[in-house]
Amino acid sequence: MQFDQILQYSLSGLSTGAIYALIGIGFSIIYNATGIINFAQGEFVMLGGLVTLSCLELLQLPLWAAIPCAVAVCTVIGVLFERLAIRPLRQPTPINLVIITIGGSILIRGLAMLVWGKDTHAIPPFSGDTPIAIGGATILPQHLWILAITLIIIIFNKLYFYHTISGKAMRACSYNRRAAGLVGIDVRRMVLFSFIISSAMGAVAGIIVAPLTMTAYDVGVMLGLKGFCAAIIGGMSSGISTVIGGLLLGILESLGAGLISSGYKDAIAFIILLLILFLRPQGLFGKADSERV
Amino acid sequence: MKRDLLLFIAFALLIMVAPHFFHGGYLMNVLVFVGINTMLAIALNLLLGYAGQISLGHAGFFGLGAYISGVLTTTYALNPWSAMPLAALVVGCLAYLIGFPILKLKGHYLAMATLGLGIIIYIVFNETVDLTGGPSGLSGIPNLEVAGVVFDSDVKNYYLIWGVTLAVMLFSLNLANSRIGRALRAVHDSEVAAQVLGVNSRVLKVQIFALSAVISSLAGSLYAHTMTFVSPASFGFNFSIEVLTMVVIGGLGSIYGSFLGAALLTLLPEFLRGANDYDIIIYGALLMIMVMFMPGGLVRGIPALYRKIFKQKGEGDNA
Amino acid sequence: MNFKVMNFILAAVTLLFSTTVFAAAPIKIGALFAVTGPAAFLGEPERNSAKMVIDEINKSGGVKGRKLELVVYDTAGDATKAVQLATKLIKDDKVVAIIGPSTTGETMAVIPVAEKEQIPLISCSAGSKITDPVKRWVFKTAQNDALAVGKIFEHLQKNRMTKVSILTVSDGFGASGREQLKQQAAKYGISIVSDDTYGPKDTDMTAQLTKIRGAHAQAIICWGTNPGPAVIAKNARQLGIKTPLFMSHGVSSKKFIELAGEAAEGIKLPSGKVVVADMLSGSDKQKKSLMAFVKDYQKHYRAEGDHFGGHAWDAVMLIRNAVEKGADTAAAIRDQLEKTRNFAGIGGSFNYSGQDHAGLGKDAFVLVEIKNKDWVIVK
Repeated sequence: MQFDQILQYSLSGLSTGAIYALIGIGFSIIYNATGIINFAQGEFVMLGGLVTLSCLELLQLPLWAAIPCAVAVCTVIGVLFERLAIRPLRQPTPINLVIITIGGSILIRGLAMLVWGKDTHAIPPFSGDTPIAIGGATILPQHLWILAITLIIIIFNKLYFYHTISGKAMRACSYNRRAAGLVGIDVRRMVLFSFIISSAMGAVAGIIVAPLTMTAYDVGVMLGLKGFCAAIIGGMSSGISTVIGGLLLGILESLGAGLISSGYKDAIAFIILLLILFLRPQGLFGKADSERV
Repeated sequence: MKRDLLLFIAFALLIMVAPHFFHGGYLMNVLVFVGINTMLAIALNLLLGYAGQISLGHAGFFGLGAYISGVLTTTYALNPWSAMPLAALVVGCLAYLIGFPILKLKGHYLAMATLGLGIIIYIVFNETVDLTGGPSGLSGIPNLEVAGVVFDSDVKNYYLIWGVTLAVMLFSLNLANSRIGRALRAVHDSEVAAQVLGVNSRVLKVQIFALSAVISSLAGSLYAHTMTFVSPASFGFNFSIEVLTMVVIGGLGSIYGSFLGAALLTLLPEFLRGANDYDIIIYGALLMIMVMFMPGGLVRGIPALYRKIFKQKGEGDNA
Repeated sequence: MNFKVMNFILAAVTLLFSTTVFAAAPIKIGALFAVTGPAAFLGEPERNSAKMVIDEINKSGGVKGRKLELVVYDTAGDATKAVQLATKLIKDDKVVAIIGPSTTGETMAVIPVAEKEQIPLISCSAGSKITDPVKRWVFKTAQNDALAVGKIFEHLQKNRMTKVSILTVSDGFGASGREQLKQQAAKYGISIVSDDTYGPKDTDMTAQLTKIRGAHAQAIICWGTNPGPAVIAKNARQLGIKTPLFMSHGVSSKKFIELAGEAAEGIKLPSGKVVVADMLSGSDKQKKSLMAFVKDYQKHYRAEGDHFGGHAWDAVMLIRNAVEKGADTAAAIRDQLEKTRNFAGIGGSFNYSGQDHAGLGKDAFVLVEIKNKDWVIVK
C-alpha cells in the first residue's frame, strides 16, 4: 500500500512538473537571449487557457482548431509585448526590466479580468476522463497528453537550437550578445524570436493543463513562480536540465504534500530553491562559472 | 551639507503642519499609511538604491515585525514598547544570518532567492495557526501608549508614525552621506573595485541587509499597533512588489524619492476609486509608463520635465 | 475670471440648497465588498445584489419617503484597505451603517473602527468569532460555519459514520471551517482520522487525496471555495475514491457543478436555501423572499443569484426595515436591528437580540445532493 501511494505521488508530481518545465524553459529562452527575467511569462500560460476557451465557446471551433488558434493569438500578444514594452526601453537595466515585466503582467492580468471576468472556467479534456490504472495508481488521459506534448516540444526545441541557423544564432546571443552582434547576428531580431517562442510555449502549457486544473485570469502568478523555480534548478538552461528541474520540483512537491505536510507544500518548493541557490547557484547540473568582471 | 539639513527641516515642518489642512478626515488615515510605506520604501532603497542589491521579499520582514509584536502583546501580554525592539532584534539577527548566503547571489538569482524567502515567511504565517491565528488573522493588538496618552486616533497615529518616519529619514540621509554610504555606492558601482580599495563588501552588504530588515520590522510593528489587527494577506508577494515599485517610481538612491514613491502609490488608489474594476489596468500601465519615460524616478523626472518645459518656453520667447 | 468662479459657486450653492429643501436627504449606507482580488467570487455578487435591492427600493418610492443611497468601495480582499475604506465611509461619506466586508479577516480588522466610531456594521462573512462574543455595533447575515458543520455531522451521525477525513483550504474560510470541524466532531461521536490542507491556488490535490485514501475514512469533508473543491472532486474521481464526499456551503452555486462536471455527481453539501428555492414547500417562510431575489437577480444581471449575494440582500433589507421603523441615525438603526424578529431573508429567518447578533438557527441550511447537474434536497 505504501508503494502504491508513493507511485501515485510521483505520477501526480510528474505531470505538474511537466508544466513547470514548459514554463521554466520559456523563462530560460528569453533570459538567455536577452538577460531578461520575464515576470509576465506566467500570464501567457493563463492566456493560453482562456483564449482556447473563447475559441471553443464563442467561435464554436472544434478543439483541434481552437488550440493552434489560441497559440497564435498568444504569440501575437507576446510580440506586441516585446515591441511595445521591452524594445522602447531607454535604460534597460535589470531592475527596470524586472519592473516593466511586472507592470506588463499586472496589465495583462487586468485586461484578462475584464475580458473573461473573475470566474474560474473549465475546459473539456482532450480525450475523455476515464482514469487509467498504472500499478496501484491512476492517471487521466490528459496526463498522458501533457507528458507527450512536453516531450514533443523539448525535441523540437533541441532541433531548433542545434540544427537551424536562427537557433544557433540565438545560442550565440546567449553566450555573448556583443560578440554575436559583431559576427553579424541581428540581436534585436533574436530578442523578438525569443519572445515568440516562449509566449507560444507558455500558451501551450496553459492549454494542456487547463482541462485538469481549470483556468482563471489569476492562475498565471503561482505557475509563473514555480516555472521560474524549475528554470533556476536547471541553471537557466533552455534544454533538458530545466525539464529535469521542473519534474523534480513537481515530484518533490507532491511527495512533500503527501508524506510531510500539505500546508507547507509550497514552502518545500521554495526551500529547495533556496538550498540550490545557496549550495549550487549554477543550477543542479551546471558547471561553476567564473564571474565576469 | 547645510542645504541638506535645511531641506530636511523644511520637509519635517511641512509634515508636521499637514494635519491642520485635513481636519482629521479620512485622508489622515491614508497619510498614516503613507508614513509606514515611506519607512518600508526607505528600507528597501538603502539596500537597492545604495548597495545595489535587490529584494523581492521585504513584505516578509515587514510581516515578521508585525506578527512578533502582535503575538507578544496579545498572547504573552508584553508591553508594546518592549515588544517592538524585541521584534526588531529578532528580525535583524535573522536577516544577518540569512544575509551571508543570500547576498552571495547576484541580480535575478538574488531576486528569486529573496522572493522565495518572502513566500516561505508568508506560508509560515498562514500555517502556524496556534501562534498567529492563521489566515483569519490576529486581532486585539493593543495601541501604543505614552504617559497615559493612547495612540488610538488617526491624528495621534499620524504624529507617532511620522515622528518615527522622520527619524528614519534623518538617519538614512546621514548614513547615505557618511563613509558607509560612500562605500555602499562603491559596492553598487563595482563590487570588485570596492574590494580592491579595501571595502569589506561582503560584510557591508550583509549589514545593510540587516539594517533594512530592522527598519522594515519597525514599520511592521507600528503597523500592527495602529491597525490592531494583522492577517497574512497583507504580507504577501504582491506587497513586496508594491514596495519595490515605490522605490523605483520615487527614484533609486534618493530618500525623498522613496517618500514620493510611497505617497504616490498609497494615494493612487484613492484617485482611481471611481475607476472600479479598471484600477488594476491603470496601475499596471502606470508602472510601465514610468519605467519607460521616467526611468530615474519622480525625484529626477519631475525636475527634468520642468527644465524641459521651462527651456522650451524660454526659446519660444526669444524667437 | 474670479467673477466667473464666484458665479459658478453661487449657482452650485443654490442648486445644493434647492435639492435639500424640496426632497428629504437620502439615507447613506456604506458597503465594503471584495469586488476584485481572491475573494471576488463573494464581493461581486454581494455588490450586485446590494445595488439591485437599493434600486428596487428607490424605484418603489424609497422608505418613508426617503431614498437610500449606497456607497460601495472595493477592498480587494485586503484588510488594510478595508480599514481605510471603513474610515472613509464614516468620516467622508458620513454613512449611517456599513454592510460588509466580504471576508472574516477583513471584518475582524474593521470591527475596532465600527466599535469606536459607533456605526452599525452588518458583516457578510461567515466566521463565528465576528459575533461571538457579541459586540455592540456588529451584526452579521452570513450563516455561521458552525451551523454548516453541524448540518453535515448530523447527517453522518444519522447514517452511523464515525470516521472522517478533512481537507480544508488554507485561507480564512477554510481555517474557520477546520476549527469548527475539529471542535464539533466529538459532540457527534465522530473522530477525524486525517487532517490535510491545500492552498487556495493549488491545481492538483491527488497527493492529499492519496493520503486520505490510505486513512480509510467513512466520509471525506472538504472545506473550500471555487475552484479548489472542483479540482478535488475531479481528483477523487480520477483516484477512484468511493468514499462519500461532502463539501461546504462555499461551493453551493451552479458554478461548482459546471466546473466539476461529472465529478460533482453524488456530492452532498449544506447550502443556503436559495439554490433550491423552487423546491421548497409553500409553507416555508423564506420562500417569498427567495423567489423574489432569484427573479430580480435574473432580471438585472442575467445570472443566477447565489447565497453570497443573498448576504448583502439580507443586510440591505435589515437596514431598510430599521429605517421603516423610524430609525435614521446610526444609534437608532443599531437599536432597531437588535429588535429584528422573524425576518425571513435569503440566508434564513433572522432573530437578533442583545445576546445574539448572528440571528440564525439550524434551519438556515438544508443538506443538498448533486444529481443530474442539479440540486436535490436530502431528507
